[in-house]
Amino acid sequence: MGAEPIVVTEELTKIYGNKVAVENLSMSISEGEIFGFLGPNGAGKSTVILMLLGLTEPTSGRALVFGYDSTREPLRIKRIAGYFPEKVGFYNDMTARENLGYTARLNNISEAEIPEKIDNVLEIVGLSDVGNQVVKQYSRGMKQRLGIADVLVKDPKLVVLDEPTAGLDPEGASQILDTIADMNKNRNITVIISSHQLNLVQRICHRVAILSDGKKVADGTIEELGRKMLGGGRYRIEAEVVSMNEELVEKFKNLKGVVSIDVKDNALHFICEEDLRPQIAKTVVDSNCLLIQMKIQDYALEEIYLNYFHGE
Amino acid sequence: MNGLLTVFKKELADHFSSKRFVVLLALVYIAGLASVYVALQNISADLAGKISDFIFLRLFISSSGSMPSFMDFLGIFIPIIGIAFGFDAINSERSGGTLSKVLSQPIYRDNVINAKFLAGISTITVLLGSIVFIIGGVGLRSIGVPPTPEEIIRIFLFIVICIFYGAFWMGLAILFSIIFERMATSVLVAVAIWLFFTLFMPVIINAVANWLAPLSEGASIAVQIKHQTILSIMSRFSPPQLFNSITLIVLFPQINFFRQVQGIIPENPLSIGQSIYLVWPHITILIAMTIICFAISYVIFMRQEIRSI
Repeated sequence: MGAEPIVVTEELTKIYGNKVAVENLSMSISEGEIFGFLGPNGAGKSTVILMLLGLTEPTSGRALVFGYDSTREPLRIKRIAGYFPEKVGFYNDMTARENLGYTARLNNISEAEIPEKIDNVLEIVGLSDVGNQVVKQYSRGMKQRLGIADVLVKDPKLVVLDEPTAGLDPEGASQILDTIADMNKNRNITVIISSHQLNLVQRICHRVAILSDGKKVADGTIEELGRKMLGGGRYRIEAEVVSMNEELVEKFKNLKGVVSIDVKDNALHFICEEDLRPQIAKTVVDSNCLLIQMKIQDYALEEIYLNYFHGE
Repeated sequence: MNGLLTVFKKELADHFSSKRFVVLLALVYIAGLASVYVALQNISADLAGKISDFIFLRLFISSSGSMPSFMDFLGIFIPIIGIAFGFDAINSERSGGTLSKVLSQPIYRDNVINAKFLAGISTITVLLGSIVFIIGGVGLRSIGVPPTPEEIIRIFLFIVICIFYGAFWMGLAILFSIIFERMATSVLVAVAIWLFFTLFMPVIINAVANWLAPLSEGASIAVQIKHQTILSIMSRFSPPQLFNSITLIVLFPQINFFRQVQGIIPENPLSIGQSIYLVWPHITILIAMTIICFAISYVIFMRQEIRSI
């Protein structure tokens, strides 16, 4: 992470008829990241993805993927980037292996390599046993997993997934996400994932961008976003102590960087300018009190997200 | 090129393994064999009297009472075959979610539509070509008279025209499969257009001709010629009429219904050169219509937004 940006968009704009789908989107995604596009339906997530892959032309601005302009050299991008469409579909009368073989041939993979490649990707998504079944007999979850396999056949460097967990039960969704996280880690594939299922995506995304009405309203790691949005850039720390007393609270108030303290029985809620956990722990011990637990509060994406869209 | 070939192979395999191919093949073969049976009976009845010219061609055009000739059968079946292999070309991939997946692979977008068109034409060629050869084979065995070189040329010309006619209807059906999101709509519109041309166009053409140049009792020669001219010009814009005229001229050299065509005093029968000369404008129009259908489909497909549904 923190490596070269491999996806860069500059003032990317798309207008369908008189509806602005994406407006002046500028951002970059680094190699090895799992990047999440979040936003309500119709926010422009899919449109951005289609523009990145050269499947639709931007009205203005440009998108560079691995340095290739997506409008001028879409074929070069398509050779190294795999796309998992929103409504992923297969030829129902063909078996899973035949479907994957078709994708492999479209990617100019030699006939000799194809069987091995297919074995390999079916193994990754756990469909080895049913590879010779026609896709018609597949459940929704199996089709989604086959979609991941289909994307992997071409040995991509970048994988773009549009709503990969849509319509899946929690177990199926979590399986898909594990597979995605694995391929990011083991094969060093950069992943772009669009979703509105925040709690799921939160688990695997390194960085997210929130889109609303075609505009980027925020981007960064989930932690950064949370601090910026909810705490006004501050840290929230929770601590539990045995035998709470006034003196201790006074001492906390004098700690440098503490903005406010909320005391409820034995629980303390701090809002601080910086991560003061060591200082808090020291204060407790110095006062001969016992610290039971302390944690810095995670920001749930859901919370951040609602906060964004609540105001509007 | 790789993309084109891959999609082409897959489409061709799809066509040949599809149920609709089996059904259409059975239909065409039954029609072909039934009509050749009738034709053989007619021919042997005729042969008892005198040896006539172009016996071999009569395998394709001979009919009797209730049983249409093979040529007439094809006039009905070719549009059906064309529509059957084209009406769901693009919209089935759209609704199945496979189109965006295929287009995200490293192939040119036009590879997809070109390959589909070529695969459809190849399928139609196999279907029609095979039955013509079967009829030829059965005929050869039964009549025992080999076709003359001229007849062979005429039969090949006939096959080529049938293929173009099929390609026209397939192109039209593919066009509708691009425009309409639902397969039921695209097939209905294509069939409606076919029915319009087959059932209503002749009526309309006649009505227009009667209106512009009424053939009353004492109509002058000039009016009669005008009437005929209007009929022939208008029927050139109707694919079924076009197909009928072409196949008649190509397969029925003895026919004498061109006496109205100005400037030509037909020999009887027409030579191959003269037949081709006569149908050349028709063939050009038929090919042009096919190309126009494909070109419109091509342009719309290339410009269509991938999410326009």
